[in-house]
Amino acid sequence: MILAGMTWWGTAAAGALEEALPGLADRAFPAKQQAVQALAATGDSRALPILEALLAGDLYTREAADPPLVLARPSAAGLRLSDPLTGVDLGEVERATVKKIPLNNALRTALRGGIAALTLSSPDPAVRSRAAKDLMRDPSPESVTALRARLEQEQDAAVRTTLVLAVAVADLRVGTPEARLAAVATLEGSLYPEARNGLTTLIANETDADVKAAAERALTAIDARLTWNARAETLFFGLSLGSVLVLAAIGLAITFGVMGVINMAHGELMMLGAYTTYLVQQALPGWVDYSLFVAIPAAFIVSGLFGIAIERTVIRFLYGRPLETLLATFGISLILQQLVRTTISAQNVAVENPSWMSGSLQINPALALTYNRLYILAFALLVFVALLLILKRTALGLQVRAVSQNRAMARAMGVRSARVDALTFGLGAGIAGVAGVALSQLTNVGPNMGQAYIIDSFMVVVFGGVGNLWGTLIGGMTLGVANKFMEPWAGAVLAKILVLVFIILFIQKRPRGLFPQRGRAADG
Amino acid sequence: MGGQVERWQYLNPGKTLAETLDISHTTLLYVEGVTVSFDGFRALNDLSFYVDVGELRCVIGPNGAGKTTMMDVITGKTRPDAGYVFFGQSINLLELDEPRIAQAGIGRKFQKPTVFEQHQVYENLELAMAGDKRVWPTLTARLSGAQRDRIDEVLGIIGLRDHAWRPAGALSHGQKQWLEIGMLLMQDPLLLLVDEPVAGMTHQEMDRTAELLLSLEGKHSVVVVEHDMDFVRSIAKRVTVLHQGSVLAEGSMDEVQHDPRVVEVYLGE
Amino acid sequence: MGIVKALKGDTGGQVMLAVLLVVTLVVPVLNLAVPETSFWHVSTYTVTLLGKYLTYALLAVAVDLVWGYLGILSLGHGAFFALGGYAMGMYLMRQIGDRGVYGDPILPDFMVFLNWKELPWFWNGFDMFWFAALMAILVPGVLAYVFGYLAFRSRVTGVYLSIITQALTYALMLAFFRNEMGFGGNNGLTDFKELLGFDLQSDGTRAGLFMASAAALALGYLACRMIVTSRLGRVAVAIRDAESRTRFIGYRVERVKVAIFAFSAMLAGVAGALYVPQVGIINPGEFSPLNSIELVIWVAVGGRATLYGAVVGALMVNYGKSTFTAMFPEAWLFALGALFVLVTLLLPRGIAGWLPARRAG
Repeated sequence: MILAGMTWWGTAAAGALEEALPGLADRAFPAKQQAVQALAATGDSRALPILEALLAGDLYTREAADPPLVLARPSAAGLRLSDPLTGVDLGEVERATVKKIPLNNALRTALRGGIAALTLSSPDPAVRSRAAKDLMRDPSPESVTALRARLEQEQDAAVRTTLVLAVAVADLRVGTPEARLAAVATLEGSLYPEARNGLTTLIANETDADVKAAAERALTAIDARLTWNARAETLFFGLSLGSVLVLAAIGLAITFGVMGVINMAHGELMMLGAYTTYLVQQALPGWVDYSLFVAIPAAFIVSGLFGIAIERTVIRFLYGRPLETLLATFGISLILQQLVRTTISAQNVAVENPSWMSGSLQINPALALTYNRLYILAFALLVFVALLLILKRTALGLQVRAVSQNRAMARAMGVRSARVDALTFGLGAGIAGVAGVALSQLTNVGPNMGQAYIIDSFMVVVFGGVGNLWGTLIGGMTLGVANKFMEPWAGAVLAKILVLVFIILFIQKRPRGLFPQRGRAADG
Repeated sequence: MGGQVERWQYLNPGKTLAETLDISHTTLLYVEGVTVSFDGFRALNDLSFYVDVGELRCVIGPNGAGKTTMMDVITGKTRPDAGYVFFGQSINLLELDEPRIAQAGIGRKFQKPTVFEQHQVYENLELAMAGDKRVWPTLTARLSGAQRDRIDEVLGIIGLRDHAWRPAGALSHGQKQWLEIGMLLMQDPLLLLVDEPVAGMTHQEMDRTAELLLSLEGKHSVVVVEHDMDFVRSIAKRVTVLHQGSVLAEGSMDEVQHDPRVVEVYLGE
Repeated sequence: MGIVKALKGDTGGQVMLAVLLVVTLVVPVLNLAVPETSFWHVSTYTVTLLGKYLTYALLAVAVDLVWGYLGILSLGHGAFFALGGYAMGMYLMRQIGDRGVYGDPILPDFMVFLNWKELPWFWNGFDMFWFAALMAILVPGVLAYVFGYLAFRSRVTGVYLSIITQALTYALMLAFFRNEMGFGGNNGLTDFKELLGFDLQSDGTRAGLFMASAAALALGYLACRMIVTSRLGRVAVAIRDAESRTRFIGYRVERVKVAIFAFSAMLAGVAGALYVPQVGIINPGEFSPLNSIELVIWVAVGGRATLYGAVVGALMVNYGKSTFTAMFPEAWLFALGALFVLVTLLLPRGIAGWLPARRAG
């Protein structure tokens, strides 16, 4: 059989790869091991799939055929064969006609090392990084050598970082005490989980007191950094929750601040915004990545028009009766919920995330910020600034502020307060719709989704101070962050309860919120 | 000091706040160095103002002089940034809230008449009546014969006997003013603060109001804030002129009318 | 004497109480004494349904007392109702004894299921009816007192107060959903067997509970009438219409508010305690903000500041709900939503507003 192989390989151009390959078919395990190492040493990229196939059990030998080594994949008739070097299809055969190359543990180790060494020299940096990480998991003196050799010539900075880490982690396991000490020094402060694991294992097994002490110091340093990273992550989650609260509350802050009416259907206007996102996606299949840019103005318009309709048909008859307004708008919220339930579905609908919103921004190995939260945070700030500009720079904004400060006087000055009321309400509702677009990217979209937000957003408005947009921003962010920081030790539900209790106690001290409107007008 | 009064009351439950009043120096109300700011605007600026027992005092001044704010401070609606307000020598009004100040013996009529519109005139007077205003006694309260007589008497004074069973909301503007004065009388306060009592009244009604306020002099101290100079002239013995949150002049009507600073303030307006 | 005075001029209340008296006497007879085959027979299902409505009516009266007469729109009265219900539920749980699925003589099933070894301290005493009954009144009362004290002292009014009461019931709902709270979590308390030794499934007990509910409604109504016809009631209306003026004539507004609010919460607790044995279950869903706000609309439909209107409204809306959800289950939320809008827009004084004008308060 070897002979047959020789003739076949002999026909090909002689190379290191071709020379080493027949060894894989040898019956003796040591011979196969040697062949693996020889293949790995070639650095030839064609060797990699062969070694991987061997490890996966897909490499077979066959009698009296050329080539004698074949790749086999299961097929209808039994196995479909192909040439491991050229990939040429060799037809289907029955299982009995070929023989799988058997493996043992030593061979497997050699294979893994060989694969790693080969991948370390892959042209793709991502593959090299992964290989270095693989080697870290089960290091041997050989792999350390391979890693060091690679480090010498590595150009890519990210891969170098991984290689340095891998060398150090491998050294912890297999290096001399000096090398271990040096490795500990390298790993100090590293946030890779492998570094921490390596140090923990080292401390458990280390006999050298100096190395052990150094390792313990390094571990403490890592843990301290991890703690800070965990806090940073909590802060990020808090700001993310806060941005949702701000988005939800800011529209409410406008309608409540200007008109003094609590719109209990505010959450449902958000829900309409989320459903608009869904419908836009349905209408533009295959445009998921861009549909949000259509959905945002669409949701603003849909919810805004609903808002204006609500104001014109119900709320305007109830000015000066805030409690009745609360009840009537609650009724509207029930109707809107049922409307969605009967026209679309009582079940949650699936809103897709565009690809640019998936994935995360890796700040360091222990801290990743997901893009969807990051974008929504930025979006919330954008909406806030836009609203601030509308109120400060436009004619509508001036009229809105005038009406909110002194309705009678504004009317006397010729402000058409009815029109301002309708537009203000439309603006607040439209922003609720836009908030709904953002929410659709974070939570389930269903008929009941709005209900959860009315109490929260009202709390934000009360906490921040009515009629003050900055108060809403800071109030929302503060509550979001407080909630997330309390969650680890209190649990999500208790954290929410504690925030509610806190707000009830807070308004004892500051009934008008963090940033109250002051002056005589605020009394009474 | 008011705090002491509070604690003391537990030891002497029979004694009300009004009974702890010390007016041995014949001055009933001390307002000293009071300053109130709203967002940088000084509504009261180091105001000092005293009212004697049984005195009828008129306070005049241009708009924004701080007249209403002064009443707000005395009745506990607004807390000053600086200064002292004492009722007699022992009751520190700055430590009390509105109901306690009312119970101590200070009644107030608002610029805009506020009566309980859903209640009948009679009930308005009943509610204002001096007495134990805690929750349980109020729940079990029944009108005694003497109390009915008193309500009837006040109904007569304010000329609303024929309207006793009408809802207060159905009264005319002038009648509401009268009803509010009647409620003040029912409170039987030592000090009445009366803010623009004759706004919206006919001349006839004004005369009757003047008569009524004059009749109170001696028994009660009365501070009247009013814009109508004829009315002020008809009742005033002493007049205080406020300007920009502090006292500009004080004296008889003649004196202040000829005070050049007062003339300047009013003419400059 | 007090009763006569309290009902003087209250035609609606007199009619309502008279009808209630007749129904209370006739329905149990028609249920227990008239054979099932007879046209006049009233099924036990109907008796229980009526009993449930009567507890709702008592709850509505409690809400009307604070909303109609004091101007406090509480969106959290469902919480007081549920707390009263839980107090009763705890008693009923302890009455199950070893007849539960797990047969533990002390621990209710859900505690055995959670692998708890002993009764939490706050379950002590609930094996005694008088204690549970006391707690059904005291717990809502004390909660309302503390909550009201904090809220009214800092002069939280209007929509602020409404939303905070809603937050209160929302927070309680979240809390009661937690298993660790020791109130059966999501499933609540159920599988009750007997009350004071009477089998809860028997017709006689059902009729008895119905009559007790009617009696509680009548007594609660009379107590509320006595309050609103007293000087304190007039002070309450004064606070509703001109809060700060009431302060300036010497009333401690926050004390009046907290007293009436706490009393109202106690009434709600009684209603809840009567509700639970009739429906056979109490779970955290009773704390849902929707329940609390729905009961406000009962009062609005009947006409607020009339008390009897609250009774009429509660009975009508719930009867409507029962029939409506049976016929068009999809449309009930439309109907309820429309009811909210139409009543506030077109019928601000409720059904009572159709009756010959009579001064409120």
